[in-house]
Parts: sequence; structure tokens; C-alpha cells
Amino acid sequence: MTVGVGKKRVAICAVAQLKNDPDLWHTRFQGMLLEILEDLQRQTGFRYGEGGVEQIVSVSDDFFDARTISNNGVQDVLGGQYLAEEKMAQEGLNAIGYANAVILSGHKDVVLIMGHCKESQGESRNLITNCGFDPFYGRAVGLDYLNAAGLQARAYMAKSGLTDDHLARIVARSRQWAAKNPYANARETLPPGKVKASPMLCDPIRQLHAYPVSDGAVGLLLASEERAREYTDRPVWITGFANAMDAFFFGDRDLTSNFALKKAAAKACERAGIRDLKGAADVVEVMDCYAYQQPMWMEGLGFCGDGEGARFIDEGGPGKYRVNLSGGALAGNPMIIAGLYRAVEAALQLKGEAGDHQVPDARCAVAHSTNGPAGQFHSVLILEA
Amino acid sequence: MQKHRKNRNVAIIGIGQTALSSHKEDQNQVEMVAEAVRNALEDAGKTIDDIDCVVHGNMELFEMQFQPDMWHALGCGSYGKEEYRITTGGTVGATLVCASDNLVASGLYDTVLCIGFEKLQEGNTTGGITNMADPLWFRNLQTGALTSTTAMELIQKFGKERVLRAAMKYRIMMDKHAMLNPRAHRRLGLEYDQMETLMETSPQLVGELRLIHMCSQSDGACAMILTSEDRVREGTAKPPVWIRDHETSHREENMSNLYGARKPKSTHRDCAERLFARNGITDPLGYFDVFEMYDPSAFWAVDWLGEFLLLEGDEHLRLLEAGEFDLDGKLPVNPSGGVIASNPIGATAMLRIAEAALQIRGDAGGHQIKKEVRHALASGFGGSLWTVLMILEKEPNW
Repeated sequence: MTVGVGKKRVAICAVAQLKNDPDLWHTRFQGMLLEILEDLQRQTGFRYGEGGVEQIVSVSDDFFDARTISNNGVQDVLGGQYLAEEKMAQEGLNAIGYANAVILSGHKDVVLIMGHCKESQGESRNLITNCGFDPFYGRAVGLDYLNAAGLQARAYMAKSGLTDDHLARIVARSRQWAAKNPYANARETLPPGKVKASPMLCDPIRQLHAYPVSDGAVGLLLASEERAREYTDRPVWITGFANAMDAFFFGDRDLTSNFALKKAAAKACERAGIRDLKGAADVVEVMDCYAYQQPMWMEGLGFCGDGEGARFIDEGGPGKYRVNLSGGALAGNPMIIAGLYRAVEAALQLKGEAGDHQVPDARCAVAHSTNGPAGQFHSVLILEA
Repeated sequence: MQKHRKNRNVAIIGIGQTALSSHKEDQNQVEMVAEAVRNALEDAGKTIDDIDCVVHGNMELFEMQFQPDMWHALGCGSYGKEEYRITTGGTVGATLVCASDNLVASGLYDTVLCIGFEKLQEGNTTGGITNMADPLWFRNLQTGALTSTTAMELIQKFGKERVLRAAMKYRIMMDKHAMLNPRAHRRLGLEYDQMETLMETSPQLVGELRLIHMCSQSDGACAMILTSEDRVREGTAKPPVWIRDHETSHREENMSNLYGARKPKSTHRDCAERLFARNGITDPLGYFDVFEMYDPSAFWAVDWLGEFLLLEGDEHLRLLEAGEFDLDGKLPVNPSGGVIASNPIGATAMLRIAEAALQIRGDAGGHQIKKEVRHALASGFGGSLWTVLMILEKEPNW
């Protein structure tokens, strides 16, 4: 089955990210992307057309941009002039999985990935994610991704013994690391006590357990093994990618089972030829939009046993396994491209370019993302130096 | 120009469509998608367990359903499977097939199911399309796909009488094809002797563009199953249709592209030139046996035939007037009735590829072309005049 894998490899040659900001009111998303594009061009000198970038995969969202065909408005910045451009909707990390396949297929050798999202433009993220539910049942009772997460958080806390105290420590640690990451949104350090005193947003999720509204943009340049050296001396190799879908209605699934994440992680490891992800990974970036998700997704990735999320935190698991040294999604990334931010951070660690939060000699990194209500869909990317 | 390379060959082995109609009140989105998926699986002689990955797409603002693939997991059979949601506007249906081709050719997936759908009845189509325009520069000018600039340009080039007759000839030809396709949405039973009447009585929309010229607004879904050459060798229920190559050409959204004094090269011509060159096709008109073209209006169709087939001067008009694009012509265009007859936008471009593949299989039913179809071309259209173009083959012997 794995015809392409093992024979050919795909490299991430360069990455660029915009500092996440609560409200980039002075810049349109086109301007945000232009900064990313110029950064990538400075790093690699890439050109468009035959022999250069012939394919672009964009990431954005019609709802958040309030534009039908959101990629239509960014063609001039992406370079989509008489070139192939395709939009990966809603889940940024899938763009890397797809671009990897495009290159392995032989169709194109060099792919540019560009993602943007301005959460500040919307009246409310909950208003948008309410539309993610079916119009007959879920939408009518007012479900959105926040209260879906609340239901999941309560269920997982019951299962794993995770407490309000654990959640406060997770947020405090995220902020400590975010302070070292110049691209993070929320960089103020917070004592756990302050987190515990923050208002209840959606029981048991407090205001400070939730990722702040963020604007951001991300870019990556990917190339086939033969072409990678044209663009970088330090390629980062995509060795495994997979994703998986869970059932939609909450009554059809066990909200604490990590069904989709376990499937995605197992498949990504199989493709990367990794038996023990916990032993292999030097750095892990998980998409923790809400504090409870960090131990829960780490459990799904196999870094602790079933229902052992609380113990994982108590025993210093996040420090031991170098989880979210960027501050993670908790420090603020727009949901649509938070997965791409995870991948960019993972790639920077492997390139040795992560600055103040660099891990010495990182060889293998995991980037994770999730989408849909209460983690219905998960993507896992494994990168190696 | 570098020759086309592919890690491994990919074939279409299953095609499923729903009937296309203005109202599908008996089905919700999930049920409609499930119907297309079930039809595709049945066509391929497969079960959902044979599918490694699902690729899903539409334009979510038409139905106002955020991340519809989450809810649609119920109807797509994507539970426990890998999944991608890719959207590129009107071209999305074709993009989904291109993406599935890439995913299978990569070696990462053996069998991929792709699904395009739209339930335009649940939204406001023209409003939705208008909403794609830049809020600062364009939105007040946008008329949601209703434009007669092409009609105006054609008239300036070839004269009013000839262009209006050509557009009407094309429109009636499409209706005649749709009459042969029981799945088509608008089947009006038009006759060529109604040409003059329709040119005067059909309500005027913008300039020379009349209601009769314009595509419909439909509900419907299309699903296709693609698999690798190795799997095809194990046997297929229906003859496989091979995806030889595909190309996409997008363009910047700006005023000068749309209304500038010097019209830039069309993405249709650009895409066709690149695709044909790397596949060594020098005479597309002679090479292809059928062309399923995304034709949102009769004027665009008339103009684009020249662009896609790399014709010069008024050759496309002469071919049309001579009946060479009819079912028994040199290159039959849209035996299915095309987009003018049926347009569930997220499925429309996939339907072009599906219908072209059915022609190759000899499976198109009432609108099957009489002569053997070995080489087919299918196009998708969307965004600010974007193009996706795909070449399908009966035999993998290019």
C-alpha cells in the first residue's frame, strides 16, 4: 500500500509565521499574508512558475472571512496568477498532509502553503461554530464549539481526575513558555491562582482556560527530496501524516475515548515507521484551544495511559515530553490555522531556530491539530530532522 | 515543457449522482450526500469498508453550514476514516477529483471517495456569489455571476446578429441534450425554430444576457471513487476510466483582469496550453471524443469553446454553426445538458468529470454518444474565472 513512502521524502524547506494578535485592525488579511510571503521569499528566494512554485495550497475559512470562496480574495498575494491554487478548508494541518501527497504523487515538486484567519473580524466565534451543528437539532439547542468543549471537559475531568487546579497549572505553564515565544498572542505570565479566579465561561471552562481571540497568518514551503536543497540547508522531513473522523452526534460517540486521535496517531506512526511515539518524539505541539485538551490529547497520542491525564500533569508530563514550548494554542492562535502554527513550531525546533524555547538537538517532532465539535476530527503530523 | 509524471496510475471506478432538481425537500443535506455515496459504491461494487479516505467539498456559505463535513460524516461514511475538505469555489467538484487523484497517486491511499454537493434551495445563490467580492472595492458592483461583458465582447468582435444566434443555438443544443438525460434539472423541450422568439421574449438580466442563457440553480450531489492501478488489476465492476492528467489555473481578483482595456489571457487558454503541451496533445479538437465543459451561461460557453480548444478567430463559431459540437458532431460538447441544465454548484464541476467518464464507459444512457469515446476532456469553472481541466482516457497507454 505504501508505494510512495520510504522511497521518496518531502521536506519542509522554510516556515514563516505572523505574531498572533488579539486584533490586527490596521491590516487586512491580504497584508498579513504579504508579510509571510516576503519572509518566505527572503529565506528561500523561491520563484513562481515552471521550475519553481507551481502549486499553492491555501488555508482560510469562508465564515471567518465572511466571504464566499475566501481564497478568491488572496490570489494576488499568494501568487495564484495562472497557477494552481487549492484551498484546504478549515483544518490547516491537512494542508501539509495534502501537499505531501501532491509532491509524492509526482504531480508537482514544490508547494507553497499559506494560511490566514482573523478571528477578530467576527462578532463571535460561538456564532460561527453554532453553524457547525446541524440545523435541526444541535443548532437549535444552541450548541457551539465552546459548549461542546464544556461537555467534553466535564466528561474527561470525571474520567481522568483532572481538577480546576490542574487546569490552572496548565494555563500558567502555557503562559510561561509563551513569554519566550515572540509570536505568541497572550504572553503575560499568570499565577495559577489568577486562572482559578477567572470567570466561568462555560462550565467547567473558565475564561483563562480558553484560547484568546487571535489574528494570524502562516506560510510554509515544501519540496521533494531532489528539490529541497535548492531552498534550504536544513530540511525538515515529513515522515508521517494521518487524520481521522469521529461520529458527529455526541450520543453516537464516547466524548472521552479519543477515538479519532488514536486512529490518526497510529496511522501517522505506521507511515513514519515509529513504534513508540512517546520514546521517539523530542518535542510535541498539541492543539489545546482549551486547557483540558492538553492532557486529553496527550493521552490520545499515547503519552499516558487511558484516563491518566491528571496524573500526567501531576508527574510533570508536559515538561518531560516538551509539550507546547511555544505556549500552544492556549496562548492564542486562530482555530483554522492553529494546526499550521503547531507544525511551524515543530519545524523550527527541528531546524534549531526556535529561539528562547529551543530544545537542544531535537530530531523528531509531533504536530497535532483538531477540528469540529469536541475533537470530532484530528490530524497528526510527524516531522524528523 | 517538462513531461507529465505520475507516481502511479489512478482510475475512476465508481460514479454516483443524485437526480438534480430545484427543490429536494424530501432529503436533508446528509441524506442527499448519502444517496450519491451509495450510488457510487454500488456502481463500483464496493462497500464503505473499501474506502481509505474521503474528500469532501462545497461552498459553505450557500447553505450557511460551517464545516459541513462534520455533520456530513453521517452521509459520507467518513467515520473512522481519513478525510480532507477542500474548497475552491465553482471549480470545487473538479478540484476534489484532482485532489483524490493526487492522494491515490501518492501511494498513501489506495481507494478514495470524493463528494461534491450543493443544496442551493437552502440559501440565496446570487447573494452568496455576490458575497465573494471584496467588501471595499467590488461588492456594490457584483451581480453574482450575472455578467454580460462576454456577450458584449463577442458582439464587438463578431457582430450582434451572429453572436446572439450562436448563443441561442448553443442554448437550444444544451436543452436537446438535457432532454436525453433523465437526471438533468431543466428539460424544457426547446426547438431551434423558437430561436427568434426566445431572443426577444426571455427576460433580460444584464445587457444581452437573458434568463434563457443562464444556468440553473439546483440541488444535488455527485460522488466518485478512485483507485490505484494495482487495485484495478484485481478487477472492477465497471470498466475503469483513467485519469491521465489535470491542471488548475487561477487568477488574481482585480479590476483590470475583469474590465481592463487590454483583456489578459484567459485562464481557460492558459490551462489548456499547459496541460496539452506536457501531454503532447497538439490538436485538441481532433484528439478528444467528448468535452464536458462547465458552461454557466450560453455566451461564456460560446467564448470558452474557442479558449479551451485553442482555436483562433471565429473558428469556434463556425464549428458551432456547423453543428460540430452536437451529439453526432466532430467533438460533442456536454451530452449531459451541461451546467445550463443543472447546477448544484459544489457538485457541478465533478458532474462534468463524471459525465465524461460515463461517456468513456459507454454508460451514459440516453445521452450516450454513438461513436466510441476514448479520450475525454472535462472542465471546471469558478472564482474570478478560474479553471480546472482534466483529461480522461479509456486505456492507460499514453
